[in-house]
Amino acid sequence: MMMTIKGKLIRNKSLFVLILFSLVIAVLNPRFLTVNNILNVLRQTSINSIIAAGMTFVILTGGIDLSVGSILAVTGAVAASMIAGGANLFASVMTALAIGAVIGAFNGIVISKGKIQPFIATLATMTLLRGYAMVFTDGKPVSTGSHEVAGVFSSIGAGYFLGVPIPIYVMAAVFALAYYILRHTRTGRYVYSLGCNEEATVYSGINADRVKIFVYTVSGFLSALAGIIITARLSSAQPQAGSGYELDAIAAVVLGGTSLSGGVGSIFGTIIGALIIGVLNNALNLMDVSSYYQLLLKGLVILVAVLLDRKQKSSK
Amino acid sequence: MSNIIIQMRGITKIFPGVKALDSVNLNIYKGKIMALLGENGAGKSTLMKILTGVYEKTSGEIQLEGKAVSFSNTRESQGIGIAIIHQELNLIPHLSIGENIFLGREPVNRLRKIDWQKLYKDAGTIMKRLGIAESPETQVSELSIGKQQMVEIAKALSLDAQVIIMDEPTGALTEKETESLFRVIRELKEEGRSIVYISHRLKEIFEICDDVTVLRDGQFIGEYPVGDLDEDKVIELMVGRKLSEQFPRISCRPGKAALEVRNLNSPLVKEISFEVKQGEIVGIAGLMGSGRTELARTLYGIYGKSSGEILIDGKPVDIKSPGQAIWNGLVYVSEDRKANGVVLGLSIKENVSLSVLQRLSGLLGKIDMRKEAAMAEDAIRSMSIRTSGPMQQVKNLSGGNQQKVSLSKSLAAKPKVLILDEPTRGVDVGAKKEIYDIMNQFKKEGMSIIMISSEMPEILGMSDRILVMHEGRIAGIIDYQDADQEKLMRLAIGKKEVAL
Repeated sequence: MMMTIKGKLIRNKSLFVLILFSLVIAVLNPRFLTVNNILNVLRQTSINSIIAAGMTFVILTGGIDLSVGSILAVTGAVAASMIAGGANLFASVMTALAIGAVIGAFNGIVISKGKIQPFIATLATMTLLRGYAMVFTDGKPVSTGSHEVAGVFSSIGAGYFLGVPIPIYVMAAVFALAYYILRHTRTGRYVYSLGCNEEATVYSGINADRVKIFVYTVSGFLSALAGIIITARLSSAQPQAGSGYELDAIAAVVLGGTSLSGGVGSIFGTIIGALIIGVLNNALNLMDVSSYYQLLLKGLVILVAVLLDRKQKSSK
Repeated sequence: MSNIIIQMRGITKIFPGVKALDSVNLNIYKGKIMALLGENGAGKSTLMKILTGVYEKTSGEIQLEGKAVSFSNTRESQGIGIAIIHQELNLIPHLSIGENIFLGREPVNRLRKIDWQKLYKDAGTIMKRLGIAESPETQVSELSIGKQQMVEIAKALSLDAQVIIMDEPTGALTEKETESLFRVIRELKEEGRSIVYISHRLKEIFEICDDVTVLRDGQFIGEYPVGDLDEDKVIELMVGRKLSEQFPRISCRPGKAALEVRNLNSPLVKEISFEVKQGEIVGIAGLMGSGRTELARTLYGIYGKSSGEILIDGKPVDIKSPGQAIWNGLVYVSEDRKANGVVLGLSIKENVSLSVLQRLSGLLGKIDMRKEAAMAEDAIRSMSIRTSGPMQQVKNLSGGNQQKVSLSKSLAAKPKVLILDEPTRGVDVGAKKEIYDIMNQFKKEGMSIIMISSEMPEILGMSDRILVMHEGRIAGIIDYQDADQEKLMRLAIGKKEVAL
C-alpha cells in the first residue's frame, strides 16, 4: 500500500513540475496556451518521446542505449533512398523498421551473449553506425524526391489527421503499447525484475538474455520509427540526424523518475519527462532566448530536477 | 567482578520489523576467553557488529575499563584495540597474503612509498606464529579456504588488539590448523589479551574458554563459568527447549525415487551418485567450500556438468538452465536470499508469481492479475507471511518472511524435487519452526526435499538420510538413526570412518 502511494507521489511530482512550468510560461507568454502551440509542442516532442519510450525499456533493465541517434540516421537514410529510388511506401517503411529492430537485436546479443557493458557495446555501435550513415549518404542529405510516393511519405511526418499532426498519433500509439507491455504482460514484468536483480531473475527460471535482446530490439525499432518520422517531415535524410538524441532520451527517462540502475520507473513518467523538455524548448523559443542559453538552461533544469528527485528518495 | 576490560550493558538493537537484540549484556575480562553462544539468529553477530562499530545500537551502553565509549565505524573500534575475525572471509583474492594483512595500514617510508620489505617481513613473522608455511607474497586466491581463514586471523593479530573477537574461526579449518589456532589463542591469553570466541562446536568451548555468555532469540540468557556447565546444559540454555520439540520430524513411508543422480561430474563436483525418494528429506552436510551449494546449483542448471546422468521420476532429463529445471519439476531455493533468492525491489505478489508467469498469462503474454493476486494471497495465508499485503515490497520484510517469500516463489512452480540451501539462515527461531513445519507438510504430500545446512542440529533433526560432502565428493551417506554430530564432522573433514 505504502509503496503505491509513494509511486504515485513520484509520478505526480514530475506531472506537478510540468503543470507548474506550463502555468508560469503561460503567464509569461500568452501565445503558449494556444491550441496551435500545444500541438506544436507535442509534435516536436514526438521524436524524442518515441526514442525515450524505447530507452525506458532499456534503462528499466539497468542498461543504456547510446546508439539510438545513429540508428535513426541510418534507417532514415535507408528509407529516403528507397523512396527516392521508386520503392513502394510500405516496403520502404518496413525495411527501415526491420533494420532498426535488427540493429537493436544485435546490440542486445552483444550485451547479453558477449557479456559486454551496455555503455561500451552501444557506444561502439553508435560510432559504427554514424560512420555507416556517412558512408551510405556520402556525407550529403538524401532527398526523397518529389514524386507521388514521396509526397505520401512526407505526410507521415508533416501531415495532419483531424487537425492533429500525424506524429502525435504515432507517439500516442507507442506509449499505449509500451504501457500495456510494461504493466500487463509477462515480458514487462521480466524487464522490471531483471533491472531489480538479474541474478535472482535468472534463478527464477527466466531467460535473462532473451529479455535483454528484447529491450534493445524495442529501442532499435522505435529509433527507426523516429528516423522515418523525421525523414518524412524534412523530405530528406541527414547523415548527422539524431546526433545527441540519446542524451535527450535519457534525460526524459530520468526526469520521469526512472532509476538509471534499473528496476524502478514507468512509461508514464517518461512522457512527462519528454514533455518537460519539450515545453522548456518551446518556451525558450517563444521568448526568443538564444540557442546557447537554451542548452545552458536545459542542463540546469535537468540537474535540479534529478537532484530534487534524489533528495526525496533518500529522505524516505 | 574485577578486571573487566569491556562491559556491554542493556544493548538493544532494532532493525525495521525485527528486534535483533533485547537488553543484552556481555562482559569481557582481561586475559580471559569469553564464549558467546547461541543458535544462528540468536544475535551473536549483531552484538559483535555493535561492539566493532559496524551497527549502531538502538540503546544500551558500552564501557571500556569503566568509561563509556561509542564508535560509529570499525576504524574507531580498532583504534581502542578491538579487532574482529569475521565468519565470512573479507580478503581480496588477487592481493598477496602480506598485502591483505596490512591492507589500509601499509608501512610506508618518508616518501609515502610502501615499504614492501618491512611489510613482508612483518607478515612473515605473524604467519610463522600461526604455523603457516606459505610465503607472505603468495596470492590469497591460491590458498585453501582454511588457509585463507588463517590469513584473516593473522590480520587481526597484526592489529595488536587487546580484544579479539573470533566469529566461528574454525569453521573451515582442518584439525591441525585448529590446533595451531588454539596454541596462538592460549599465547594471546597469557599476554593478557581478551578474546570473545563464537563457535557452534561445543567441544572447543570446553577446551579453551573460561566463561560462557548465552543468547537466545535476541535475549540475554546468562553468563556462566565454563566449569559450571556441561554440553547438555549448554544446549538447553541455547535452545530453550528439548531438541525433539525444536525439530518436529515426521516419519513418512518414502515412495519411488523422484530424483536420481548417477556419476555426476563437473569442474566443481566429482563422482556424485545419490537418490531422493518421494516423501523423503535428504540432508547435505559439509564444511564451507565442500561443494554442497555447487552440487545443488549444478542440478539446477546454473553450473554446467561434464558427465553423468540426472533422472526425475525415472526419466533422464537434460537441464541446462534454471528454466529447464523448473520445467522438469526441480527447483532450488538459494542460500543467498538477497543476491538471488528473491527480487527485493518487487512486491510479494510479483515475487511469488515470477517463476510461473507463463502459467498465469494468456494471449500476448497478458498476465491474469486476478489469478496472480489470488496466488499471492494464498501464499501469504499458507506460509503465514507477516505483511501489510501482497503489494508490499519484499525488501521491507524481515529475514524470516523474505525466506518464506523465496520458498513460496519456488513452491508456486509445484516442484517434485525441492532443494533448500540453508533454508533457515538468518531467520529467527520462531520462523525457523514454521519453515520446518512447511517442509514437513510438503514431505507428507510426497515431495522430495534436499536440505543443505551448516547447522548440525538442523541436519540431524530434520533429515531422513544425510549425505556428507568433502572437497566436491560425497564422503558418505548415513541414515539419521545412525548419525551423530561427531560422525558427520569426521566425514566432513575427510577422515575415513574408523572403528571407535
